Amino acid sequence: MHPSSARIAQVWDWLGQVMDPEIPVISIVDLGIVRAVEWQGGECVVTITPTYSGCPAMQVIADSVRAALHGHGVASVRLVNQLSPAWTTDAMSEAGKAALKGYGIAPPAQQVVDISGLHAGVKRGALLACAAKLTVACPNCDSRRTELTSQFGSTPCKALYKCLDCREPFDYFKCH
Amino acid sequence: MTIDAKNAGDRIAHHKLDYLLRQGDNALILSQQLSQLCGKGPALEEDMALTNVALDLLGQTRMWYAYAAELEGLGRSEDDLAFLRDAGAMRCCLLVEQPNGNYADTMMRQFFFDTWHYFLMQALVTSNDPRLAEIAEKSLKEVTYHLRRSGDLVVRLGDGSADSHARAQAAADALWMYGGEMFVYDAVDCALVDLGAAPAAAPLRAAFLEHVADIFAEATLAMPAADAWMQGGGKNGVHSEHLGFILAEMQFLQRAYPGARW
Repeated sequence: MHPSSARIAQVWDWLGQVMDPEIPVISIVDLGIVRAVEWQGGECVVTITPTYSGCPAMQVIADSVRAALHGHGVASVRLVNQLSPAWTTDAMSEAGKAALKGYGIAPPAQQVVDISGLHAGVKRGALLACAAKLTVACPNCDSRRTELTSQFGSTPCKALYKCLDCREPFDYFKCH
Repeated sequence: MTIDAKNAGDRIAHHKLDYLLRQGDNALILSQQLSQLCGKGPALEEDMALTNVALDLLGQTRMWYAYAAELEGLGRSEDDLAFLRDAGAMRCCLLVEQPNGNYADTMMRQFFFDTWHYFLMQALVTSNDPRLAEIAEKSLKEVTYHLRRSGDLVVRLGDGSADSHARAQAAADALWMYGGEMFVYDAVDCALVDLGAAPAAAPLRAAFLEHVADIFAEATLAMPAADAWMQGGGKNGVHSEHLGFILAEMQFLQRAYPGARW
């Protein structure tokens, strides 16, 4: 392997150990918010994208990335915030989704707000029409008889559901 | 470059800056208003929804302000733009500064705003200004579920009890005159349209009226006249008396202790 790509792979590896501050079982790499890693001279440039524009965890995530890389001896780290293409739950890895389920959070089932058609001229209420009539499986008993309690949950990225079989309430990581 | 060409370039940059501040100020003031309901929502789920929407709007504010501050090039920060401008310098529309009132007032204000916001963001995704387009792309996902939610609630309130119906109708009638300002384009809006950076007013207004008509029909509410007389002035800094009170609370700390840091 070329030395610089080895160095980049090493950084990805380290970032794979930086956990999301609000869901500490999923790494920021599995969450899909690390867009790129580059070395520019002696400086390591990490490009990240926000899940939700008001996500209050972004500052903590940026600090965690710096702390992790400094801890591995990288002296100079720069964070770049990239908005486009906007993050979607499709960017989440399968390992990440499995970790969420193990933690008691139902992973995203399908992309509900899909804006990819807009550039092709799809307009009007297109996005409004594809309302959330989706089935979310209970992360505890796998029942598909579940019910939405609230569109909004404990963090911007989650909705509140309850299982009609095991009667447990649970968080659902919303499609986005 | 000739002096005339330079002046024209400056004027366009100035218009773009104003346009960005309008977007940012709308999001900030509505976010502040919704934040005031934190812990006071009519039900736990509504409380969480209001604060989540407020948070989304605050995130969007930061994106608009970051771009505006960069374009302005005077070294002002996002915080400076939020906390150190008085009412006359704020460019939000009158709709967002209207009081929270009862829950029908809060949700009707939100529904009118979300409907306009949704169609504007949808159009801005294809703006030829790449920064505008990427902010719109990020915002649109959030604005889409904001609008689904506020539309649902208007239907529930309108087609609910006799009391909720009456309150929803009263809210619609009272707020309607603040729902036209966004479609009356001035030099700033027209400059952005000419650049190909922003959409024209007519198709936006048509989409707005169509969606409001659909939701109102389902909500059994009477839609006020499309050609009713409309208030204006907010986006040029001429505000209702409410904005001063909102800013007094929001900006208190930076005014009382200039330069205070977290």
